[in-house]
Amino acid sequence: MHFAFTEQQLEFRDAVRQVLAKECTTDAVRAAYDAPLARSPRWATLADLGVAGLTVPEPHGGLGLGLVDLVPLVEEAGRVALPEPLATTTGIAAPLLADLDAAGTADARIGPWLDGVAAGDLAVAVADGRWPGAPVAGADGADLLLLVADGADGRELHGVDASSVTVTPVPSLDPTRRLGTPVWAPSPDTVLVSGDRAEAHLATTGARAAVVTGAELLGLADAMISLTAAYAKDRHQFGVPIGSFQAVKHLLAGAQVLLEFARPVVYGAAWALDTGSPDASRAASVAKAYASDAATEAARVSLQVHGAIGYTWECDLHLFLKRTWALAEAWGSADDHRARLLDSLLAGR
Amino acid sequence: MDRPMDLHFTDAQEAFRAEAREWLSAHVPAPRSLPSLDTAEGFEAHRAWEAELAADRWSVVSWPQEYGGRGVGILEWLVFEEEYWRAQAPLRVSQNGVFLLAPTMFEFGTEAQKSRFLPPMATAREIWCQGWSEPDAGSDLAGIRSRARRSDAEGGWVLSGQKTWASRGAFAEWCFGLFRTDPDAERHRGLTYFLIDMATPGVTVRPIPQIDGETGFAELFFEDVLVPDDLVLGDVGRGWNVAMATAGSERGLSLRSPARYSRAADRLVDLYADRLAHDPDRARRSADAVARAWSAAEAYRLNTLWTATRVLDGGSVGPEASANKIHWSETDLAIHRAALDLLGPGAELHGDGVDAPWLDGYLFALAGPIYAGTNEIQRNVVAERMLGLPRA
Repeated sequence: MHFAFTEQQLEFRDAVRQVLAKECTTDAVRAAYDAPLARSPRWATLADLGVAGLTVPEPHGGLGLGLVDLVPLVEEAGRVALPEPLATTTGIAAPLLADLDAAGTADARIGPWLDGVAAGDLAVAVADGRWPGAPVAGADGADLLLLVADGADGRELHGVDASSVTVTPVPSLDPTRRLGTPVWAPSPDTVLVSGDRAEAHLATTGARAAVVTGAELLGLADAMISLTAAYAKDRHQFGVPIGSFQAVKHLLAGAQVLLEFARPVVYGAAWALDTGSPDASRAASVAKAYASDAATEAARVSLQVHGAIGYTWECDLHLFLKRTWALAEAWGSADDHRARLLDSLLAGR
Repeated sequence: MDRPMDLHFTDAQEAFRAEAREWLSAHVPAPRSLPSLDTAEGFEAHRAWEAELAADRWSVVSWPQEYGGRGVGILEWLVFEEEYWRAQAPLRVSQNGVFLLAPTMFEFGTEAQKSRFLPPMATAREIWCQGWSEPDAGSDLAGIRSRARRSDAEGGWVLSGQKTWASRGAFAEWCFGLFRTDPDAERHRGLTYFLIDMATPGVTVRPIPQIDGETGFAELFFEDVLVPDDLVLGDVGRGWNVAMATAGSERGLSLRSPARYSRAADRLVDLYADRLAHDPDRARRSADAVARAWSAAEAYRLNTLWTATRVLDGGSVGPEASANKIHWSETDLAIHRAALDLLGPGAELHGDGVDAPWLDGYLFALAGPIYAGTNEIQRNVVAERMLGLPRA
């Protein structure tokens, strides 16, 4: 039992934090609102650092690391509301492609895709198989889409190059989500896996997505609470900082307690997935439910404490609020995951 | 130090678990077969149970062997607690001593104090209560007015004043209390932490019936009670610092092990499954509450392992203990509130001949956000010390 990150993992996190503080200011996020890109110069920087290819196996140019290594970095991405698809490409797509590769899926496209992710040349969007027909996050501008279709043998997982799909952009409150509805023709050329194997990969992908999305929400929650605590120290009413009022303190403290307890839940779920624990899917559901709730509460409290200024376009807070609201629902809401958790607990009896 | 993350207990820890499980399965009385520990009869029955635990060195596993423990670490203690709650063993009548005073005594006590007090604490021959709150000093603990006057002639301190809400105060042999030794000092600085024999002349105990009618706590009156110098814990005038160490144990890792809530949450899922079979509409309306309560217990388990690892790696627990206290107290309430909703019309049943574990648990859980410093005070601590918000 040693439930902690290694020194090396923490050093990498700190290095990424420093880079992002410089490369991903709120001005940069605002610029991405105007021109959302799947692969920006910032993404190239992250690829050079090894971040984009962190989960890509070493033969394909990556670092061959796991979710426990990635989660602290995704948390940093959340902290700055990074517009680029670190969670999706490196946290969800690359491990799925690596699994398919390791399982001996005879598809010559997978190797080059993994090479491309590690090089920072390939932004990937992944459809949530639980919501067929819903817009796919990151689809608009993606180089590769991993999509789900119904086949003769049940659901199938397809890999579709941007050239073989028409993506109709769908507006989101947060334009950096790059939502799109893909229209494409499933074919034997695009299918990656079908039948029971497809179901198994989709289940693992759903659990992984819950955990990395949860990690991003942790970073967002931390950013919002920090921003708001700073504001509450600075903003005076009745001749004193508003942060000296208990009514304000208790709002922020409540959000902070939720965040404190969401963290180990997300980290523990990442470990469960990396080690193939039989409880991994359940752990992932608890993680997403906790992280969604913590971030949603941090968002609510942050807007309330900011007051009217928080309701403006000028104040940076909304950049974090909008991402939070989107991610709280993505890959299953807190309620969805609690329903899954309860099903799993009952099935275990 | 740079070990990869690992949430498995080691083989040695699992062997320790197996040993504990085997002992407990052979010794634990039938669940809820002892009378309530808040009655005179139940207090003695629980004392006898603790003596049985101690006889085979299971009462204080994390203490050094010389004081009756097994000298194991915090992770082994957590493993033992998992087994203790899994076995549905009795509540610990000595909890104020074992989980609150003992960690403080290990930090601040003299060798003589440790040798004198820890062994009988381990066997429950001496049971402790806590004398902190006063009628006018609750959340504002530093407002304590009970005095201790120095008497060189008598070689000690003469205590006078009133304490209240002393859990187990009706029956305990000893009390750890905070008294004002320097009325002129700044209010946090003039306090001293005393170890008081409840049989000393001048101590009067008035039991207070609790919300369930039982005498779980008491008022304590001190009229010129002589306490010798060697029963001061820590330095004279430094009682606040000593007390904050105790409070850290109360809110942090020591008092409430996660197994307590994990076990209750599992029983809640059992209850849900049972109600789903008999009253599915009502059960389904509680589904989210049940899942929330189970998740909260699981989050508490993981957070405890996270914190324990940090402590083992040389870190410390600061204001996080306040966040912890908010979480465990709210988790306990969430579990029991969900259970009562599932029971519906059966929730209120209580009294002679009725075994009402969920309602009893709910009444106990209701005290959680109040004792050990109200959750409102803990939120102030989180806001001021974790988020840096200004004091009022």
